[in-house]
Amino acid sequence: MTDRDSPVTADELHAYVDGMLPADRKGTVEAWLASHPDDAARVAEWRAQAEVVRNRYRAVAEEPVPARFDLAKLARPRTSWRMIAAAAVLAAAIGVLAGWMGRAASTPGPASVEAITAEALSAHQLYIAEVRHPVEVSAAEQHLIPWLSKRVGTNLRMPDLNEYSLKLLGGRLLPGPIGPAAFFMYENPSGERFTIYCSRSKKARTALRYQSGGEVAAMHWVESEIGYVVSGPNDRDRLAKIAQSAYEQMENPPSRGAAFPLISRKGS
Amino acid sequence: MSGFRPSVEAAIPALRRYARALTHDAELADDLVQDTLVRALRSEHLFHGGDVRSWLYTILTNLNRNRLRSLARRPAHMSIEDNDAPDAAGPEAGERDIERALASLVDDQRTALLLVVLEGLTYREVAEIQGVPIGTVMSRLARARIQIKSYLDGGTRPALRRVK
Repeated sequence: MTDRDSPVTADELHAYVDGMLPADRKGTVEAWLASHPDDAARVAEWRAQAEVVRNRYRAVAEEPVPARFDLAKLARPRTSWRMIAAAAVLAAAIGVLAGWMGRAASTPGPASVEAITAEALSAHQLYIAEVRHPVEVSAAEQHLIPWLSKRVGTNLRMPDLNEYSLKLLGGRLLPGPIGPAAFFMYENPSGERFTIYCSRSKKARTALRYQSGGEVAAMHWVESEIGYVVSGPNDRDRLAKIAQSAYEQMENPPSRGAAFPLISRKGS
Repeated sequence: MSGFRPSVEAAIPALRRYARALTHDAELADDLVQDTLVRALRSEHLFHGGDVRSWLYTILTNLNRNRLRSLARRPAHMSIEDNDAPDAAGPEAGERDIERALASLVDDQRTALLLVVLEGLTYREVAEIQGVPIGTVMSRLARARIQIKSYLDGGTRPALRRVK
């Protein structure tokens, strides 16, 4: 037998309304309510609220489930027309590049600058068309650059391209010709996208070169056995300026504490 | 896990109801549900037993919170001018009142209240979904109830009064 006046907490009143009161307290709470009209009024009020809320939305749960929620369909990977279009563009680009590389005399070995550039342009074509998932890890996540640096095996310093209204969206890890490749995407307010691809190369060093592949083009160079490819719309002057800026920032890092998160961590 | 898909499927009507009450926008609500389902299906292999329903509510709650964060610069759900005294009688007026009362709540309080009252989850489940101790769920619930009452009583301008 519990004392009628044993204190009942506010939490217990809520639990009583929500049907979550332990059975052994129910009698106590009910007795309490019988002698405490203020609390009884609150309980009644909360019950009425709950009833109004449930009535308001009951119909939604009773509607037939719309076809868009067909799980079998949702489980399938997205193959929108956009993806198909991107694949077609990619196939065309590969064709163009294959032709282009065929002309370029010697067959490029797997780690040649040409092979890296071809990979970079393919990735560029494929991912700039992606609306929803252009990057795997967004630039907002601090581990983006350390992670990709580690995978590629060098300290990547991603350039600040604000001068060209380009903001780093993020990046992803890709297979490169002879090892992992880091792929970064930049975007300007009008939605134009530039990408920077970095992967290990067997060459130690090359000059900055331009390569056009149809609607897109790339500027590439190799430094310390890492190949870098800056890809964007086929506008040689602009691409050259952007690549030059990227090159200078990536190869000649400004003093520490620069505004952009230049990565110089642990590394090897 | 053979029960996974059927469990997800069975939860869809309730998820739609919850999303609708959270957003008051049928289109947006269904988008949230769809995103929730896609995510759940994508992580199906990560799911080793446990309560599918509760997990789905967790995803939806987080997605909605992300959405609100991205809108954070926008003013609250309703303008203050909108907050005239609750409309005169009639069932429609009553529906609008409860919608507005819910919209006047702080997001975490609204979420807690809806999960308990509308979706019938236990305090413990709600605590897990919101990632807070049960005591916090209780105080969110209590504040939500006080706020709704004062809103429906027509006296208080929710945007101006902080319910402590």
